[in-house]
Amino acid sequence: MATPKHRRVGDSPMVRRLLIGTAVLLTVLLLFMPLVLIFVQALSEGWAGYAGNILDDYTLDAIGLTLVVALMTVPLNMVFGVFLAWLVTRFRFPGRKVLTTLIDIPFAVSPVVAGLLYLLLYGSNGWAGQWLGEYDIQLMFSWPGIVMVTVFVTCPFVARELIPLMQQQGSEEEEAGVVLGASGWQLFRRITLPNIRWALLYGVILTNARAVGEFGAVSVVSGNIRGETNTLPLHVELLYQDYNIVGAFAAASLLAAIALLTLVAKAIVEWRQSRV
Amino acid sequence: MSIEVQGINKFFDTFQALHDIDLTIPDGQLTALLGPSGSGKTTLLRIIAGLENPEQGRVLFNGRDVTQLHVRDRRVGFVFQHYALFRHMTVAQNVAFGLDVLPRKERPSKPEIRKRVADLLEMVQLDHLAGRYPVQLSGGQKQRIALARAMAMRPEILLLDEPFGALDAKVRKDLRRWLRNLHDELHFTSVFVTHDQEEALELSDQVVVMSNGRIEQMDSPLELYARPDSRFVFEFLGQVNVLSGKISEGTIRQGNAWVRLPDSCDNDDAQLYLRPHEVRLTQAPTEEAHLPFQIEAISVIGAEVRIELKPDGWACDELWEVGISHTEFNARRPQRGDRCYAVPEVGHLFCDHQAVPKTLDWSVAR
Amino acid sequence: MSTTDTSGRPAKRLSTSGTKRVLPGFGLSLGISLFFISLVLLLPITGLVIRAGGMGWEQFWFVVTDPRVVASYKVTALAALAASLFNCVFGLLMAWVLVRYEFPGKRFLDAIMDLPFALPTAVAGITLATLFSENGWYGQLLSQIGIEVAFTPLGIVIAMAFTSVPFVVRTVQPVLEELAPEDEEAAVSLGASDATVFRRILFPTLWPAIVTGGALSFARSLGEYGAVIFIAGNSPYVSEVISLMIFVRLEEYDFPAASAIAAVVMVTSLILLLVINVWQGRYLKRLNGG
Repeated sequence: MATPKHRRVGDSPMVRRLLIGTAVLLTVLLLFMPLVLIFVQALSEGWAGYAGNILDDYTLDAIGLTLVVALMTVPLNMVFGVFLAWLVTRFRFPGRKVLTTLIDIPFAVSPVVAGLLYLLLYGSNGWAGQWLGEYDIQLMFSWPGIVMVTVFVTCPFVARELIPLMQQQGSEEEEAGVVLGASGWQLFRRITLPNIRWALLYGVILTNARAVGEFGAVSVVSGNIRGETNTLPLHVELLYQDYNIVGAFAAASLLAAIALLTLVAKAIVEWRQSRV
Repeated sequence: MSIEVQGINKFFDTFQALHDIDLTIPDGQLTALLGPSGSGKTTLLRIIAGLENPEQGRVLFNGRDVTQLHVRDRRVGFVFQHYALFRHMTVAQNVAFGLDVLPRKERPSKPEIRKRVADLLEMVQLDHLAGRYPVQLSGGQKQRIALARAMAMRPEILLLDEPFGALDAKVRKDLRRWLRNLHDELHFTSVFVTHDQEEALELSDQVVVMSNGRIEQMDSPLELYARPDSRFVFEFLGQVNVLSGKISEGTIRQGNAWVRLPDSCDNDDAQLYLRPHEVRLTQAPTEEAHLPFQIEAISVIGAEVRIELKPDGWACDELWEVGISHTEFNARRPQRGDRCYAVPEVGHLFCDHQAVPKTLDWSVAR
Repeated sequence: MSTTDTSGRPAKRLSTSGTKRVLPGFGLSLGISLFFISLVLLLPITGLVIRAGGMGWEQFWFVVTDPRVVASYKVTALAALAASLFNCVFGLLMAWVLVRYEFPGKRFLDAIMDLPFALPTAVAGITLATLFSENGWYGQLLSQIGIEVAFTPLGIVIAMAFTSVPFVVRTVQPVLEELAPEDEEAAVSLGASDATVFRRILFPTLWPAIVTGGALSFARSLGEYGAVIFIAGNSPYVSEVISLMIFVRLEEYDFPAASAIAAVVMVTSLILLLVINVWQGRYLKRLNGG
């Protein structure tokens, strides 16, 4: 009888089959079926019904606002993430650790609390809100407030993706670039960026996914005005509470599709990185 | 271009990496910074390049103070220990980088850059690899590309950090010879860091031995080998046999071992340092020395046979090693466990109350 | 260049090292990062601290110890605990299967593990609520054996478990991958059973990662809102989570109460974050032998 080269724990066929079986079953029940349900529900009135639900004026408005929020949030957080990652991985200075801990705060804070933070500061009772009110600027219960809380909730993603990678790559290549006379911009554009582009891309995709899908924080600062301050997730809630289940899932299916694209993007980025 | 380093002190937080370093490297010379890891040699090299800033002291190129000059403007060639090739660029793009990033006014035209890259690749004999990426190269090839990249700007100073550290013995030797030739041909001023004494002695015009952030000795390889200033330098330059004892009446003694010194010496505690090839083995003690040993091990190391010796009736921290020729070995056929005696020919005496060691030569007295 | 002091000894850390850095962009990136963090993170947090601090200790205590609020602490904490315990077991199983075995569909399984991070919480919320509703796919089956999920604390647990699935999987996976096979082989060749080897050799290496992942999952669950509210039923004292409590107070325009509760939640999660960071730093150090 041939003995296997490595004899490790869990190698026996029975254990193996049992564990894989359980894992697959649980994943299907917990993660896969919900995904299926979204699309089944969304299409339960057929393709025409689905198109009707998506092309509903309010849904289109919600899609539009969501796009605006993402378009404003993502570039802002991308720039910030790149600068922060450059700062903490390329320089040593006192307070570096504190900075990397601070950036995790949005991960730890409940989205509802995040929304409240902004409401307290910029709402009509808040001191920044009162001051802005004198100039007739209202940020809360309108789209700027939604953008602001979304920036808060999604600001760690790009930096979190870049920091470990840039730390691991070290700064020798950049040093070599400086010795050869490259300016700051040339250094970033021609040496750093090509090395981090896949992680940066994934960070941006994650930021986008969260920006598009943020619910708790946004629902605190949005006035929930149809066609005005309704993002797609808020619109999903609204339809669901109106007992328009099919409509809710039709809108949700768009968000689910973005989630799936995010997963695919992650797989591609990991594959690209493992090739380097 | 000559390099001068004056009064350099460098701290990393509270740790002082360099202590008052003064150093002059004449134009056109190849200088080695030699020392164990943590001796500050790489830090010194990086300070010369401008990759680190000293807390105190000055760096001068041809008499011009460049301490405040940014790395970018120092125009030195630097070869990193792990090459630091740009991994997403081809070999040709790597070599062209320095030229590509020049301001538009100074930048050569595209065809001119291409021509220069081709020349450089030819110089390092790797023109056939122009389109490859760094991951596709061997260590020795990467090393040569890193060198070509550093040379692209025609620097007058070339700095190399452990240039052969990560290569295997054969490639190392080839590259060493090749770098020496290149240096002789192009005549820039080079400084390289190494922890390999053989490499330092073989390759350089001047060796700077460092330990614990200080310069121990600075000399030509021959001088350094012939007259090490300190025990550290002596021990760092290779295998050494030590007899530590007391001098009285011109003889150093310990236990039943003694060596009569050819020159007169004050009474003192002292160590006699002898290199493996500065010692002869005999069957019986001589008038000059009584150093009894038992043979502990015999091994063939290439051209010579190495005999490891255990002291018999006296003590030393490490076993002695003596190299003998195959002819001598075949004539005598010593066996493990045999008793034999060592006779010094040249030696170096370090006395506790004397700063400078004394070189002894028994053959002259004979 | 700084000068030597009279004793000739160099003063430690002179200013020169700060003025001329090798890589460019220190000032710019420090400026942008500090400005951004101050404006986006610190300023709003200060606003909350001032608001909560301004209400006086007695009133603060009265608000945060209101029985309905206390009930919501309990519901949230217990549900989060149950959800993260489930995820410790499930995450370990998934990480094990994904690292140790080859089988068709493995890459798909690996990819879908991150779904809960990518899927908006509101979508997760309505989906789970529909699945577990009386005539939903799962609800129908479960009601036959007398288990009710929708509008009960069990629903909260499921929603929290769903949203924090990836944490344990993704912290345990790399540790399992790094594990050297020799220890196991040695133990197995000495005749130990699989269970013994797992308990004595593997588990001691894995548990710090499991704890880290579990703690992250717990922290996330404490603050979960979107996924929970649809399935929870939100009846006072029974199935209201703490995030919802804040929301309820806001809808009553009771800003002081909302701020007070939010302050409690935020301080708790910040402490949790700090503990996790310190703990993670220490165990990473041990892992890398640093």
